[in-house]
Amino acid sequence: MAKVLMKGNEAVAEAAIRSGCRLYFAYPITPQSELIEYMAKKMPLVNGTFLQAESEVAAINMVYGAAGTGKRVMTSSSSPGISLKMEGISYIAGAELPAVIINVQRGGPGLGDIQPSQADYFQATKGGGHGDYRLIVLAPSSVQEFADMAGEAFDLADKYRNPVMILADGMLGQMMEPVEFKEDKSAEELRDIEHKHESWCICPNVDGPSRHHHEINSLELDPKVLEKHVNELGQKYDYIEKHEVRHEAYNVSDDNEILCVAFGTASRIVKSAINDLKDEGRSIGLIRPVTCWPYPYEAVTNAIGKNVKKVIVFELNLGQMLDDVKIAVNGKVPVDFFGKVGGIVFTPDEVKQKIEEIL
Amino acid sequence: MEVIAKRPDSLRDVQFTYCPGCLHGVAHRLIAEAIDEMGLKNQMTGVAPVGCSVFAYMFFDFDMAQAAHGRAPAVATGMKRARPDMHVFTYQGDGDLAAIGTAEIIHAANRGEHISVFFVNNAIYGMTGGQMAPTTLPNMKTTTSPYGRKVEDVGYPIRVAELLSTLVAPYYVERVSLLTPADIIKAKKAVAKAIKYNKEERGFTFVEFISTCPTNWGIDPLKSREWAKENMLPFFKVGCFVDKGNTEEVK
Repeated sequence: MAKVLMKGNEAVAEAAIRSGCRLYFAYPITPQSELIEYMAKKMPLVNGTFLQAESEVAAINMVYGAAGTGKRVMTSSSSPGISLKMEGISYIAGAELPAVIINVQRGGPGLGDIQPSQADYFQATKGGGHGDYRLIVLAPSSVQEFADMAGEAFDLADKYRNPVMILADGMLGQMMEPVEFKEDKSAEELRDIEHKHESWCICPNVDGPSRHHHEINSLELDPKVLEKHVNELGQKYDYIEKHEVRHEAYNVSDDNEILCVAFGTASRIVKSAINDLKDEGRSIGLIRPVTCWPYPYEAVTNAIGKNVKKVIVFELNLGQMLDDVKIAVNGKVPVDFFGKVGGIVFTPDEVKQKIEEIL
Repeated sequence: MEVIAKRPDSLRDVQFTYCPGCLHGVAHRLIAEAIDEMGLKNQMTGVAPVGCSVFAYMFFDFDMAQAAHGRAPAVATGMKRARPDMHVFTYQGDGDLAAIGTAEIIHAANRGEHISVFFVNNAIYGMTGGQMAPTTLPNMKTTTSPYGRKVEDVGYPIRVAELLSTLVAPYYVERVSLLTPADIIKAKKAVAKAIKYNKEERGFTFVEFISTCPTNWGIDPLKSREWAKENMLPFFKVGCFVDKGNTEEVK
């Protein structure tokens, strides 16, 4: 398939449709507006549902209802709107429903600004909503990867009956890059997925009185029963942590003097700095978490070679993923941090300078 | 032997968990009977809210969803859009629908979603122990209006049926009472109409039930009905506010 030049917001929307998403509910917010507008234009052309909700709260609850029927459904927003969706995400996780949520992050807290940020890392990976639940979090670093992750997010959501978030940012949403779409999910594959969901989802009863009721629910007032449910969720999360961790190792070798850790947009800039330093004969490695939950702790630990003096974490926030890196490094070497906030994106030169200070 | 009265097929053979004298059971039964009569049971689904009727999903004999507080109309919207071949209703109390869920009910009604909303108005929060609702009457005492609802401080009760009837889209909006056997027979007709319109995909249908809460009002069940007749019905007048089926030719 030929490459096309697209904004990240549009590419991920197109990829979601190609992955069989026919239901999309959202509320406008910058910098993800192109995504909702793309869906408004394209969904009717594929007999899909596009609905502009009265709020992000309503949108995520529409997602909950649609996900309860076992269909592929998605919503998208940006940071302040994602905060409003957190209640619904907790319910979706509690009721074990498959759904995809896209966060095109902007600067916070509060209304913040509309520039790129990574300050929702804690919200995405450490809860956000209430209760013991986990959100699978995918962090793209290019328009191509943003698009590819749409299909992956739906597959993971369907496989684990769990909400999946694509944690992008204003840079990836707004930037145009060439993108090549994967083959569309076939009608047959989609039918198989829906067929699997028929054992639990809300659907017409074709079997008569023998068929047990399907309940979409997260309420359980008996503590013993809720304990069992939450423990089962815990087992699912353990399984996901064992089987779904993804990362990219860039220029990682025994020669590394410094190991960098960065995700998403920040990782691209770090790569540029690493390349510049390589030309100057320095060896710097990078671990880029592709899944922020489950987190690639082992990949970070294993990448700390014998010559690594320090691990530096680069983020567009005050230092959030930093905590996970510290868990992975576990005191083996010192961990340093460099970040920019307020929607300011660091330059390759600034990253290079930070690395050179330590070299 | 001829069976002349039985549990509707659309209700499960389980005991309600509602308080003695509560009218939720009556409202549930009316809805279940209407679904049976329309032959919709196997295509029906409903959304239970937060409040006393949070367990409604355990009482209806078909697939049900439980929703976050106030969000039932949004959840029902998602379900109906995803499964247009199914028929969807929500069952909500006054705290759920008229306070925390005001945005969702107004916009679902305004979009003309093809769902039925059953709204139980008993002027109080039941599940949490008798706090003031948006429908609590002026000067009425509750645990959070212990000196009576002061309208100069917290405003007047919201008349939801009237509010929704100002919108263009709703197909059917009626307020009924569950306070006497004669009222219940009228209420049954309204519920049957809403479910019939739902089956025929006419649009948004809404039935408000004037009900009681003997437990939290602190009045015995029969006297509660008298109290509601004297105090609620003058403010919440029963009647049909919108019925587009009445003027359109029924095919």
